[in-house]
Amino acid sequence: MFLTKNCGLIFLIATLLLSGCGSGESNVTTGNRDGILHWGNGTDPQELDPHIVTGVPEHHILTALLEGLVLKDPATLEPIPGVAESWVISDDGKTYTFQLRHDAQWSNGDPVTAHDFAWSWWRALQPALGNQYAYMFFPVKNAEAYLKQEIKDFSLVGVKVLDDYTLQVELTNPTPYFLQLLDHYSMFPVHRATIEKFGAPDERGSLWTRPGNFVGNGPFQLTEWQLFKKVEVAKNPYYWDAKNVKLKGIRFHPTENVTTEERMFRSDQLHHTASIPIDKVATYQQKKPGLLHSHPYLGNYFYRINTKLPHLSDKRVRQALAMSINSQQIVEQVTKGGEVPAYTFTPPNTLGYTANAGFMFNPEKARQLLAEAGYPNGEGFPVTELLYNTSEGHRKIAVAIQQMWNQYLGVNIILNNQDWKVYLSSVDSGDYTIARAGWIGDYVDPNTFLDMWITDGGNNRTGWSNPRYDELILKLAPEASDRETRYSMMREAEALLLEDMPVIPIYIYNSKSLVHPSLKGLEPNILDYTLYKALSLEHAPTPPDETSH
Amino acid sequence: MFRFILSRLLQAIPVLLVVITATFFLVRAAPGGPFSAEKAVPPEVIKALEAQYHLDQPVWQQYIGYLSDLAHGEFGPSFRYPGRTVNELIAGGLPITAELALYAMLVAIIIGVCAGVFAALKPNTAQDYIPMSAAMLGICMPSFLMGPLLVLIFGIWFEWVPVSGWGDLPGDKILPAITLGAGYAAFLARLSRGGMLEVMSQDYIRTARAKGLPEWVVVLKHGLRGGLIPVVAFLGPAFAGLLSGSFVVETIFQIPGLGRFYVQAAFNRDYTMILGTTVFFATLIVLFNLLSDIIAVWINPKLRHQLREGS
Repeated sequence: MFLTKNCGLIFLIATLLLSGCGSGESNVTTGNRDGILHWGNGTDPQELDPHIVTGVPEHHILTALLEGLVLKDPATLEPIPGVAESWVISDDGKTYTFQLRHDAQWSNGDPVTAHDFAWSWWRALQPALGNQYAYMFFPVKNAEAYLKQEIKDFSLVGVKVLDDYTLQVELTNPTPYFLQLLDHYSMFPVHRATIEKFGAPDERGSLWTRPGNFVGNGPFQLTEWQLFKKVEVAKNPYYWDAKNVKLKGIRFHPTENVTTEERMFRSDQLHHTASIPIDKVATYQQKKPGLLHSHPYLGNYFYRINTKLPHLSDKRVRQALAMSINSQQIVEQVTKGGEVPAYTFTPPNTLGYTANAGFMFNPEKARQLLAEAGYPNGEGFPVTELLYNTSEGHRKIAVAIQQMWNQYLGVNIILNNQDWKVYLSSVDSGDYTIARAGWIGDYVDPNTFLDMWITDGGNNRTGWSNPRYDELILKLAPEASDRETRYSMMREAEALLLEDMPVIPIYIYNSKSLVHPSLKGLEPNILDYTLYKALSLEHAPTPPDETSH
Repeated sequence: MFRFILSRLLQAIPVLLVVITATFFLVRAAPGGPFSAEKAVPPEVIKALEAQYHLDQPVWQQYIGYLSDLAHGEFGPSFRYPGRTVNELIAGGLPITAELALYAMLVAIIIGVCAGVFAALKPNTAQDYIPMSAAMLGICMPSFLMGPLLVLIFGIWFEWVPVSGWGDLPGDKILPAITLGAGYAAFLARLSRGGMLEVMSQDYIRTARAKGLPEWVVVLKHGLRGGLIPVVAFLGPAFAGLLSGSFVVETIFQIPGLGRFYVQAAFNRDYTMILGTTVFFATLIVLFNLLSDIIAVWINPKLRHQLREGS
């Protein structure tokens, strides 16, 4: 008989399974002792090739492994020297000359030169590579034409190696945010000899990114990568600023499930979480406010309106919808995570730019506008569908707004949720009426929030079009001589956008994470940008866990 | 017996073909593709990506290509993990999921059979009602409730075991195994109770008792033998179910197993990964069902006799 004969075996295995129960130190304890940071990193990284990946988790790992020409000061987000020790910008703002440091090295000891950057950027623009962030290069002269293969000669693209340690970049327009782009992973250098050893330069997914193969130039080097389990990096002794790198290593934990992540944090398995479950925010605020780090984030939550539909093509209807959303109430009673209500599309004070508020919560005015548009008290207003991608958070907001529109305007809204990819396809093909959306800025400049609304822009998706807006964003603002003129053009453009209301801004995102007290040097900033070499671990002044709740 | 196995294996081929074909066309019919993203991607890039993964070819051509790859044992490259093949991903996740399923199975057998037998010894008394009510609770309680509850009690309040992970910290395999095994333990408890009740009223048990054997010998040696036949027959499908149904537990405990790949692949429209895991699990389920049929025939003389007469 199976059971009786194998009883001994079963109990042996069961004992093995249970052995060691309750013993062992937490990751935080061992990490603080050994200088290893345990970092909750959200979704599992897809790849570690900077010219292929697209996500935030990959960004966190790649900024530890590679370094661009400039870095950002995590407190001010101002550019600070990276591989380039200095740079000169021409008077017309179109030519950047970078002086590279002589002591920058790859993790195998090879020097990092201007040729590395020129070759890496050539690679990033190879159409066959399928680089989804190739548009980050578009400010560079002829980069877009090269990607589209309208020109085939890379020497026409505005990247020139003057000598081993001098790189010159020519731009189409003066682009005040260009230095910021250099710190995006799509513009990071990659090690040519390594990539060529493992395949063609434009081959997707060759083995060069595996541990043991990966050669980088960042403060850390890749030592371990197990899917769904961990990515480990160790201090890179060849890094030019290695003496200022305090951590001995970082372990990036994939934490797709925020609830599990919070439990890991509570049991001292993580120093830092990528997020926090929304229903835990209040508890932490009350019981352990020191652990909860919350700060504004460069992104917004908004609704797109399909302006091609007959009843929504009237801007008075769109304005009425916007004015009858009480976003103050939404952030206080629904999202409850310290978000800020939005009355402009660009988050206020984005690199000194603040647009004029385009609308306010005003139900009376809203009713009046709707009546003028031919729907007094919502009579005759077609039943309208509100689409969101399946998520409890989006549903709660949609339900609140559905009630507000019904209460203030008398219009009937039905809610529809779709799986993420279905939702993307519906919105992209214009098969929606009103749809929830979010936008995270790629860099700190109003342009990243405004250039998406140009006529037929890939991210517009509302059918909205305004020739004056296009002119301001595509022509006048880029050619503006100084920041104030440029910002005034953008303010004018944003006023047009908010007047026509193809989108309803709802709130500005807030970044929230849990941070163990032993982690020092983390600066909050609106990009959630981390300079790993500034981080250090100290023994926690308080006992590790008092947060049972 | 050989002909029985062979005919069952041959029957499996059309079944798998139907599974492959249906899955292949269904995933392609679903709106949204593997490269659709919130931030618009230049059309040139999309075109290059589609060419690389042959998505620019007509669907029937892709289908023929996929079948021919499959005949060579190739599941193709993953869309979501550019540097990985589906074979590599399955090979990486399977041992972990299999280990988890094995431990869960052991938990289920130990707890389930003990509880069932224990209950069957004194039917319709407290000794029966208490474990059987607990079993009912186990069947009803889904793992996404059981898991966090166990973590809260044993991981966070008592700090006896880690709250997540697999093979990193000592004892981190305990809670996932119990969470996954609990539902099956409850089911096995009911099965073994039923089996034992039936057997314990048989004549040969009375004979054993009449011989003056101690009660534990009667139960363990004579009772269990017949009482656990339904349990053994259930183990094959149960193991296949544990392997393919570990998604929730793997998510709760951050376990890098196959179950998460399976479900995530569908959300990501990772066509090759969806197909690969579906075909893989379908094959596994067919095999385990066959295995449990073979065992059923082997331990049940009546069935063996029928089979011999039929062939």
